[in-house]
Amino acid sequence: MSSITFDHHADRSKMAVSDEVAIEIRNMNKWYGSFHVLRDIDLTVYQGERIVIAGPSGSGKSTLIRCINRLEEHQEGQIIVDGTELTSDLKNVDKVRSEVGMVFQHFNLFPHLTILENCTLAPIWVRKEPKKEAEERAMHFLEKVKIPEQAHKYPGMLSGGQQQRVAIARSLCMMPRIMLFDEPTSALDPEMIKEVLETMVELAEEGMTMLCVTHEMGFAKEVANRVIFMDAGQIVEQNEPEEFFNNPQSERTKLFLSQIL
Amino acid sequence: MADLSFVRSEMLPERAPPATEVGIVKWLRTNLFSTWPNALLTIAAFYVIYLVLAGVLPWLFGGVWTTSSLSECREVLQGDVGGCFSVLTERWNQLIYGFKYPTELYWRPNLALVLLAFAAAPVLFFDLPRKLLLFTAIYPFIAYWLVWGGPIGVPVTAFVGILGAYLVFERFSASNFALGALGGVAAAFVLWFIGGYLVDMMASENPLLTPVASRDLGGFMLNLMLGVTCVSLSIPLGIALALGRQSSMPLIKGVCVIFIEFIRGVPLITLLFVASVMLAYFFPPDATVDLFLRVVIMITLFSSAYIAEVIRGGLAALPKGQYEAADSLGLDYPQAMRFIILPQALKISIPGIVNVAVGLFKDTTLVSVISMFDLVGMIRGPILASQEWNGVYWELLGFAALLFFVVCYGISQYSQWLERRLRTDHR
Ligand SMILES: Nc1ncnc2c1ncn2[C@@H]1O[C@H](COP(=O)(O)OP(=O)(O)O)[C@@H](O)[C@H]1O
Ligand SMILES: [Mg+2]
Repeated sequence: MSSITFDHHADRSKMAVSDEVAIEIRNMNKWYGSFHVLRDIDLTVYQGERIVIAGPSGSGKSTLIRCINRLEEHQEGQIIVDGTELTSDLKNVDKVRSEVGMVFQHFNLFPHLTILENCTLAPIWVRKEPKKEAEERAMHFLEKVKIPEQAHKYPGMLSGGQQQRVAIARSLCMMPRIMLFDEPTSALDPEMIKEVLETMVELAEEGMTMLCVTHEMGFAKEVANRVIFMDAGQIVEQNEPEEFFNNPQSERTKLFLSQIL
Repeated sequence: MADLSFVRSEMLPERAPPATEVGIVKWLRTNLFSTWPNALLTIAAFYVIYLVLAGVLPWLFGGVWTTSSLSECREVLQGDVGGCFSVLTERWNQLIYGFKYPTELYWRPNLALVLLAFAAAPVLFFDLPRKLLLFTAIYPFIAYWLVWGGPIGVPVTAFVGILGAYLVFERFSASNFALGALGGVAAAFVLWFIGGYLVDMMASENPLLTPVASRDLGGFMLNLMLGVTCVSLSIPLGIALALGRQSSMPLIKGVCVIFIEFIRGVPLITLLFVASVMLAYFFPPDATVDLFLRVVIMITLFSSAYIAEVIRGGLAALPKGQYEAADSLGLDYPQAMRFIILPQALKISIPGIVNVAVGLFKDTTLVSVISMFDLVGMIRGPILASQEWNGVYWELLGFAALLFFVVCYGISQYSQWLERRLRTDHR
């Protein structure tokens, strides 16, 4: 699984974790109908952290990070993002969404818009930026993810890896303080996984706060400062990557690691 | 074991295909005479085409264009095969404008039709400069004034009311959508009330354009007017209904579902009868709501229900990820709909919408049963019933079919162009 190796080791010098809280989740519970999908989740994420969330399929990883920008609604407990609590108040939801970027497994680019338009739509209409400024920044981020020459093509003409890098650039154009990744590489062929992971490593090197659901354990070792293992809707174990991989405590974690490594 | 290794020492040059695989011979062989049954079918089909043309062409080219009655036609033809097309030339004005629209005012609907081309262009061909849409916005009021005439205050008031509503909506909808919408409606009514008062006060004896009553409209002009008005009203209404049907608010959803299911379960002709006799009950007794307007309302409601269902199909075809991506970028509901969801859903729905639009346009001929004299109404009524032209069915109905065919074929060609133009994958 974690066969991806990185050409150079991630530069951890700027990956500083501050003691400013970015996300605070307290005693959060969520049900789909009568199915208790997330149970008593407590999690504090500090500004600058790179957290990898792992766990078997169906354990609630996606649901957890989708609650953080309220693509899903929680029923009990609190989620506070950058000081704003997520409630049914739409103003708060909008505020949180403007600070949290999200990258999906299936990219979810807008197929009827060019790459550049994908990147400038939200800045122009949500952040009310002048078109020219939004385009300049979009080009800046497209250069960063190394596909400026595709700016005027449509998503359907790009490879999967390129599309996912556009999706990352699209999120970055909203200047988020936190980035959520939901299995960003699981829909990609091996040679494309690497280009996406390298983009994510660069992002981490710049100090972005990241929550990343992934099975790429190489990425976790290289970049993460904390690995969270979930099972059956609960956080079962969390630790620094070194400890997590070499010295897992719970039986479930051991079983999971033996299956994927 | 045999030696499996192989290395090509020399690359093969390109060669021309064999003669039987190119040119007309190949085309004939593969398309018309590939097998014996296929060849027989080809010959039979050619024979049928020959029979049809042998019947129609002499009738078409041997036709008479200049006589003034059917009996004169027969005299000129003296038993030869030939159509009596003089009915088309002699009754041209009636076929196009109906029999009551004042002849000296024909230039007004003609001008309205020419302007329609300019108003429709920026909507149909969105590569044109967006500024042209300003003309599209005022066109309905100009067209109304040209066709119906009367005091210019009426269309101006209507326009000012809608402009006011738009401005109020723009001002408030950003902070509160409901407030914007209600304020807009209120502003429109206030402006219309004041405007109506002013128009009544300033009404002069002879306005700039002679007024023409709705019952004086007729002919193909009436079909075109009904078709254009109803299509352009029922697409936005259909979009609203489709979105309403998806709404998470049960009341809005319920109203939309009931409306759509009810309208789809009722024949259009019943709705038209309701429009012609019964709708008056729903309006205040002293309000004389124009028959044209009543018919427009009914046809619009009818086709908007169908369009709503077509668009619902398009909405359902979009992956959930599109909504989620829009949400995660912080777009609000109107923005997500306008920039992400509807452009894609409408693109998928184009064939279905065009289907409804073409059907609607042809259904405008149904108004002939509620004694409006559209093209078919004119043919069945005043023309066929007249002494001169009693019995000229083929020529008249063929002409009507031709007019409708030209318009519907145009719509269909446009939609195919549009689909090609909007294709964004792998160009
Ligand atoms: N919209 C939904 N309605 C009902 N059940 C759901 C829904 N989404 C996910 N689930 C269920 O919730 C559980 C957790 O799902 P998910 O968070 O996607 O898991 P993971 O991402 O860890 O694979 C799964 O059992 C899944 O079947
Ligand atoms: Mg998942």
